[in-house]
Amino acid sequence: MIKQLAKSIGQYKKPTILAPVFVTLEVAMECFIPWYMVVMLDRISADNSMGNILTYGGILLILSFLALAFGILSGKYAATASAGFARNLRQNLYYSVQDFSFANIDKFSTSSLVTRMTTDVTNVQMAFMMIIRVAVRSPIMLIFSLVMAFTINTTLAWIFLALVPVLGSILVFVVFKVDPLFNKVFKKYDAMNESVQENIRGIRVVKSFVREDYEKKKFERTAEDVRKDFVRAEKIVAFNTPAMQFCMWFAILMICFLGSAISVKGGGEGFNSSALSSMIVYAAQILSSLMMLAMVLVMITIGRTSAERIVEVLEEKSTLTSPENAIKEVADGSITFENVSFKYAAEAEKFALKNVNLTINSGETIGILGGTGSSKTTLVSLIPRLYDVTEGSVKVGGKDVREYDLESLRNAVSVVLQKNVLFSGSIKKNLRWGNENASDEELVRVCKLAQADDFIQGFPDKYDTYIEQGGTNVSGGQKQRLCIARALLKKPKILILDDSTSAVDTKTDALIRKAFRDEIPDTTKIIIAQRVSSVEDADKIVVMNDGEIADFGTHDELMQRSPIYREVYESQNRKGGEDNE
Amino acid sequence: MNKAQKDSAGTMRVLGRLLKYLFRYYKGSLIAVMACIVVTAAAGISSSVFLELLIDDVIAPGITQGFDAVSATLTKIILVMAGLYVLGVACSFIYTRLMAVITQGFLKKMRTDMFNKMQSLPLRYFDTNNYGDIMSCYTNDIDSLRQLISQSLPNIFYSFVSILYLLVVMFNSSVWLSLIVFLCVGMMISSTKSIGGRSAKYFVRQQRTVGKTEGFVEEMMAGQKVVKVFCHEREAKRDFDEINYELFKDSEAANKFGNILMPVINNIGHIAYVLVAIAGGLLVLYGVPNLTFAGLSATGITIGAIVGFLNMSRQFTLNISQVSQQVNMVVMGVAGAKRIFGLLDQTPETDEGYVTLVNANIDENGNITESETRTGKWAWRHPHKADGTVTYTELKGDIRMFNVDFGYVPEKIVLHDVSVYAKPGQKIALVGATGAGKTTITNLINRFYDIADGKIRYDGININKIKKGDLRRSLGIVLQDVNLFTGTVMDNIRYGKLDATDEECIAAAKLANAHDFITRLPEGYNTMLTGDGSNLSQGQKQLLSIARAALANAPVMILDEATSSIDTRTEALVQAGMDKLMEGRTVFVIAHRLSTIRNSDAIMVLDHGRIIERGMHDQLIAEKGTDYQLYTGAFEFE
Repeated sequence: MIKQLAKSIGQYKKPTILAPVFVTLEVAMECFIPWYMVVMLDRISADNSMGNILTYGGILLILSFLALAFGILSGKYAATASAGFARNLRQNLYYSVQDFSFANIDKFSTSSLVTRMTTDVTNVQMAFMMIIRVAVRSPIMLIFSLVMAFTINTTLAWIFLALVPVLGSILVFVVFKVDPLFNKVFKKYDAMNESVQENIRGIRVVKSFVREDYEKKKFERTAEDVRKDFVRAEKIVAFNTPAMQFCMWFAILMICFLGSAISVKGGGEGFNSSALSSMIVYAAQILSSLMMLAMVLVMITIGRTSAERIVEVLEEKSTLTSPENAIKEVADGSITFENVSFKYAAEAEKFALKNVNLTINSGETIGILGGTGSSKTTLVSLIPRLYDVTEGSVKVGGKDVREYDLESLRNAVSVVLQKNVLFSGSIKKNLRWGNENASDEELVRVCKLAQADDFIQGFPDKYDTYIEQGGTNVSGGQKQRLCIARALLKKPKILILDDSTSAVDTKTDALIRKAFRDEIPDTTKIIIAQRVSSVEDADKIVVMNDGEIADFGTHDELMQRSPIYREVYESQNRKGGEDNE
Repeated sequence: MNKAQKDSAGTMRVLGRLLKYLFRYYKGSLIAVMACIVVTAAAGISSSVFLELLIDDVIAPGITQGFDAVSATLTKIILVMAGLYVLGVACSFIYTRLMAVITQGFLKKMRTDMFNKMQSLPLRYFDTNNYGDIMSCYTNDIDSLRQLISQSLPNIFYSFVSILYLLVVMFNSSVWLSLIVFLCVGMMISSTKSIGGRSAKYFVRQQRTVGKTEGFVEEMMAGQKVVKVFCHEREAKRDFDEINYELFKDSEAANKFGNILMPVINNIGHIAYVLVAIAGGLLVLYGVPNLTFAGLSATGITIGAIVGFLNMSRQFTLNISQVSQQVNMVVMGVAGAKRIFGLLDQTPETDEGYVTLVNANIDENGNITESETRTGKWAWRHPHKADGTVTYTELKGDIRMFNVDFGYVPEKIVLHDVSVYAKPGQKIALVGATGAGKTTITNLINRFYDIADGKIRYDGININKIKKGDLRRSLGIVLQDVNLFTGTVMDNIRYGKLDATDEECIAAAKLANAHDFITRLPEGYNTMLTGDGSNLSQGQKQLLSIARAALANAPVMILDEATSSIDTRTEALVQAGMDKLMEGRTVFVIAHRLSTIRNSDAIMVLDHGRIIERGMHDQLIAEKGTDYQLYTGAFEFE
């Protein structure tokens, strides 16, 4: 895991190394200053001359300024190193996802990917900064302070050394005791926030059923539950501060008592009052560095979970790649399915498609009809090689799709997905996804085909209208038509509409199909639909049932021989009233 | 006032309000916390005072007079110290625990306040605010508030008390040396201001860029399949690189200033330490009379006093640096509190209705009396203010809209002069292109929004006079986007009627034809639904939502594209249930599909917020209502 993450240091190696180096130097100065202060005070008490004061004072001042400079440098390099590390990490994550196949994408939910690229990266960034700064600083501070304490007085220094394991074990105990508690409570906390989200999304339902008070009570219970668990965990954490103070003050008390005695008995020689003062400073430094270490431990544990989630994405290998010596040209829009079977996961028991054989000639219009879960979408996903078949082969333009360069294949096969997405930006920018170099005239042409030009012209800014994220400022039907226009701009040899006109009214739907017939006769058109009216004028219609092709033929043929087709047709087209009255 | 001043004034106001809130609920505990902090802080700084005492009263005389002469004094000082420390640790134990309780209790209070407020807000609030923005009040803002309350506030108070103590002790020890420390503190404050200010500025900017990145990543991840289909990976990477670099720059700047603040403050502390030593040495050298509270003393400062003072100056600067470290947290916490207060200050949905829905007994003469128990009959209880009488009207489900105009914003009217009459038991279909105003009409009936002009009557009563809760209870609604809640399938159906028995829920599920698929779920009715029912298909979710509405058993139903995601074969199954559901009720149905609306009593064809055709199916076909035919696809078999 660490190896995988370390790759992301990349061009920021220099600051990553310099930051701990300067931290070390700063700490060295910080520990040296109190020690040197003792020396200075000794000399002054022995020979209080102007020369002594200025020499020692001057040296001390220089040391302080050096510490300042080192501190600033270490902070600066640590910032660059950690921000840079996070930058590379985000980039690597994002690039990995770009290389994902559909099968990979299905594995991760959108929100989990977003969390990985934001919160998780931030956590790891903080942990990284902690490691190169504080995790270096605290142990060095601890060691330097101990060494300095021993040089001043061995007996007193043993007090520190005895206290380090005591405090250390208290801190470790607290961290380990609290960690599982926090894990538990954070799960509850997430669940609580999820329920808030549910409430916001379902506010129409809440208000319609007048369940405001019910929801309030439900939330109150959850919030109380979360509060209780948090208090339990926080109370244990709260133990840290008094424990640390206890150890620190115990040390100071011992130093004061023994130190005074030693000093008096020694007649002021060797261990004197200024040494006593310095010892107290070291005591504070040692204990606070232990405290810092405990904090770092916590940060690293938080960072570790995040790091694991990041690495999971980084190590995900794309299941689809272009072959070597790939074919770059798709000959025509003919499609052949030969004994195709498919399942989404190798370990799945059920095949999503079973033994499909289908031949579609270039330029034909094919309708696909079938109930939910009959694998209509799965069938068409295999054509632009969004997934690889499990058995058999799919051929486009006479060649197996696995022989093509992925980009060339997908440029020739344009899919308007069922779950359609527009991106924030102008309509023009969205349409040009299909072809970056398309002229304005071409945009208008495809929009006319998709029956989108009319409503676009109705917007004040026309083709420059800004589409909000998720396309919230256009209606569902408008969104679908824009998506169709975008797909048309690719000038595909095969156009697949996966239930892409469900929100478009029947009138417009018919106009779109008419435009296709008249304007792009050479393109193979595959239309998945719920409405029989959307497919009945197709050259041929595929009737899907439970992952198999139940029938394939023209409208008239299917009316003759397919009971499923007839049933669907009749349920939608019973003439008003005649069978009711 | 310039902008910065205004900002800081705003910050103080929000902080003040937050403190007022805190004190309102936890006055006693907070006073106890403050008292404990005062004691602990005293223990914390006592070492400096005692050190000076030890040096001057024990070590110095001890060296000349021998250990035995001073051992009693030493023991006394150490015992006092120990006593103070024990007290300090005990107080520290108490206040840290108390703070844990206060913080979590207060956060819970804020959360429930927000949630309760949210439940009372009009639908407009949810339609005009981004879900993510509302959610971040519950997540990010509450988190930063926790930091503020549990860490920053006690730490700042602790440091503040310590600084006060130290001020007194330092001045009492030596005014001259105190002045040197002050000089350094001035430097610390100004560097905190300039570095901390810049750091805060970049942190805010970083926060913004993080938001931007999050939005971008979210959009791209949600559309990742589209990216793949259009082979748009290169462009997607290019756009990301730009935004990622921006985030890197802001994060680097924010952390740089954040990181150097501590070393700068600490090392100014070191410099102060050294300067005090030098000055102390000089004071002793020249025998400068010492100035304290007691006035100018004849003798100079002692070495013991200098050593003690060195310790104090160190503690003093440490406390200042403690405070400076909290600056960012305070800024972020206050920003969070501001957004939370923003939500709490929203105006709730108003309800001036006074006509309520009651259970009723109706005798054979049509006389209506109120009943305490469920009777299956409902009546509107209509009190008349003028003469203090109460009249009852039977709930029949007669809804009439007269010449209604409406716009979501006043400048843009989306419904023009709409009149719809639905007599009890009638089925009214609303047909039209997307955006024609079909859903808007239903939003007005249940008063999610209020009409601009015209009138709506429910059983002859102006709907503005009916209490909103009672009005909505009398309307069952099934929407296109189904929202389910975390819980079992049974819980979700029961949402329609909270006191329903399991048998009633199952009966409702059978009515909606949901029973079959539910029994096939791994745990039947006890199957847990999570993440808005992500383990169900869209069609199954719609069946559940129909079952939920069936259980509510309202006399008026609104079906807004309720069956759009059910394929026609399944719909045929649902249809039977739907027909049963609609029996004897007034129904408003919005649909594209002919099959859903063909047997309606009246069909309204809407276009751009106007009713352009109305009539029964056959009548419309006969009249060659072309728009009707086109919108429903009826022309294909004519």
